[in-house]
Amino acid sequence: MALTGIQIFKLTPKKNCKECGSPTCMAFSMKVAQGAVGIDKCPYMSDEALAQLSEATAPPMKTITIGAGEEEHKLGGETVLFRHEKTLVSKNLYAVTLTAADDADAKLAAVAKVDYDRIGERMYVELINVKYTGEGADAYAALVQKAMGANRTLVLECADADAAKAALAVCKDGKPILNGANPDNYEAMNAIATEAGVTLGVTADTLDALYDTVAALEKAGNKNLVLDVGTVSIKDAFSKAVLLRRAALKDQDRTCGYPSIVNIGELAAGDPQLQAALASVFTLKYGSILVMEDMSYAQALALYGLRQNIYTDPQKPMKVEPGIYPINGADENSVCVTTVDFALTYFVVSGELERSGVPCNLLISDAGGMSVLTAWAAGKLSAGTIAKFIEEHQIEEKIKNRTLIIPGKVAVLKGELEAKLPAWNIVVGTTEAVQIVKFMKDYK
Amino acid sequence: MPFKLTPQPFKAAIKEVEVGSGEKAIKLGGEKTFPFYTFDAPMPNAPKIGVEISDLGFEGESAGIKDFYGDVTNIVEMAKKAAAMEGADFVVLRLEGADPNGANKSVDECAELAKAVADAIDVPLAVMGCKNDEKDSEVFVKVSEVLSGRNIMVLSAKEADYKTVGASAGLAYGQKVGAESAVDINLAKQLNVLMTQLGVKPENMIMNVGSAAAGYGYEYVASTLDRVKAAALAQNDNMLQMPIVTPISTETSTVKEAVASEEDMPEWGSQETRAIDMEVVTAAACLASGSNAVILRHPESVATVSKLIKELM
Repeated sequence: MALTGIQIFKLTPKKNCKECGSPTCMAFSMKVAQGAVGIDKCPYMSDEALAQLSEATAPPMKTITIGAGEEEHKLGGETVLFRHEKTLVSKNLYAVTLTAADDADAKLAAVAKVDYDRIGERMYVELINVKYTGEGADAYAALVQKAMGANRTLVLECADADAAKAALAVCKDGKPILNGANPDNYEAMNAIATEAGVTLGVTADTLDALYDTVAALEKAGNKNLVLDVGTVSIKDAFSKAVLLRRAALKDQDRTCGYPSIVNIGELAAGDPQLQAALASVFTLKYGSILVMEDMSYAQALALYGLRQNIYTDPQKPMKVEPGIYPINGADENSVCVTTVDFALTYFVVSGELERSGVPCNLLISDAGGMSVLTAWAAGKLSAGTIAKFIEEHQIEEKIKNRTLIIPGKVAVLKGELEAKLPAWNIVVGTTEAVQIVKFMKDYK
Repeated sequence: MPFKLTPQPFKAAIKEVEVGSGEKAIKLGGEKTFPFYTFDAPMPNAPKIGVEISDLGFEGESAGIKDFYGDVTNIVEMAKKAAAMEGADFVVLRLEGADPNGANKSVDECAELAKAVADAIDVPLAVMGCKNDEKDSEVFVKVSEVLSGRNIMVLSAKEADYKTVGASAGLAYGQKVGAESAVDINLAKQLNVLMTQLGVKPENMIMNVGSAAAGYGYEYVASTLDRVKAAALAQNDNMLQMPIVTPISTETSTVKEAVASEEDMPEWGSQETRAIDMEVVTAAACLASGSNAVILRHPESVATVSKLIKELM
């Protein structure tokens, strides 16, 4: 629960010494309440007040950073349960499990295969979950070494202290997660994770035991944790994921305020379609790391699309890059069609154009990520912007065809466009996307 | 100190709506919790799965669907197989052929087929139109009439035609009417209000608050579902408490991931697997946000989503 400026003010020495950089203690308190300065700027706070304040002003769910360099990822840090309440901040990450029984080279090659761009976001399997299956510390370390070659952040699914130590000796600089603490071994695992400076994963069969173990770890000073919801059953894993997130965000119980790991690959072993279904459920309901047996292109296309949608900021529209998008094998002689860069418009229009089977060049100009009428009303889509786009992207050099179909909703632009682009034949298209297939076929 | 588990069921509930009749009638809704929050209170009725078949048959469908229906030669036989599909709770007859820009089947022909299908299957029936509002409303009126009192689902009445469809299906012939709006909580509520003002009872209504394939603006669907359920349960908004039925296959079957051939996209792998994954992922997402029923096409999708529901209940 965030404190108000007044509540913070009561804890200050109230002597207006200005040493914190603010003119008065009251002004300082207001800034702290807004999060503009840290409470530690005041040299006269009592330790007791500091403890109370840092606890009260801490976010309800911690942000955990894993990985290093380009493979650094943030987890958690959510403040709301539903995206419409504000926005969700840390997208869930995907991991694929590697064990000693796998053909490591083949598995890592398969992981590397799914790596593509979707509306400006790189879609790939971010993590490798290296699972210890009793092969011995040396063999496990060798497997971890091999997994490091994939250039992904690792999750070490390992509850064996010796194996964990050996593995971390190899990979701790990559800031992996050591996912192996449970009610029986948490002290030993905590020591290993803390020494290596890595995030510790905690699990337990029941929520009570998990809660107690997390509380004990926090007491020992470790708040760099992720919570594994376990593999008791699908229903149990779902319940744990929801209850932990709800307790953290709605009921302000910070012991629950950590990102989660869901091992979908084990919950639905051998059933890739059920794994896809579960990954979808946990994308919406509170999985932070989703561990799969494999990640096929078919699963990825659907799951990454879903994740990209769910983790868009409701206040910011999704945009596609302006440019020429040839459709149905269009070449320089194919007709040109234009619309705005709002991702939803682009997807619907390009989908319908594809279905029409008519080769065409879809020209996307920068309209600030707005839909057609909104962009037109805001002056982001006008004869001027289209003409400028055609000039800047050297469309006339790249495409020989001189017919341009414009959205039916901005039919008013026809005259002005003809004036600005005298070489072009401007055609007014449909007002709705569903009419496109027929329009294009008739046009052809 | 153990975890403090405080069940948080709502006082309000989603309305329970029964579709069909006899042993295999289905009940939608009735829950006082967010979907699958069984730790708060049990969900009285598991979400249901409808199997979509087209009146134009299954010629253009994938190998798995063709194999499933095998050598059936008419739509009635196809419907029987769909009803017997593992995981199927009801059959959805999509009267695609009514489209004036397509096969342009007559209203009587459509109604006759709907009647034949309803007579042949033991599970509840739902009918969908051809997306031409004018023709759909004529078809729905006639279908509702010939199946009077059979308690089918008519999917759906929109703002443009709710008067005709609502009055015939919902008032005159005792069917369940779907109120369809385009991914916006206010539009959904407005249409429900209009329908009730027409005289359709809320317990005879269900909602389709809009759908989209995963990756194609699905964030609007998720947020609409989340907001509708929150308003219905937390704020006891009785104009948003109707169960939600979401068509999935009609959305996912047209996106690039499902239609691009393996020749065009060799690295993407099997086209059929992609289509199934799109269906499964989108359906699971809708169920996680509150759909009380989803409509699917592929037998494998139906089996998977059915398994998912069983596991979560």
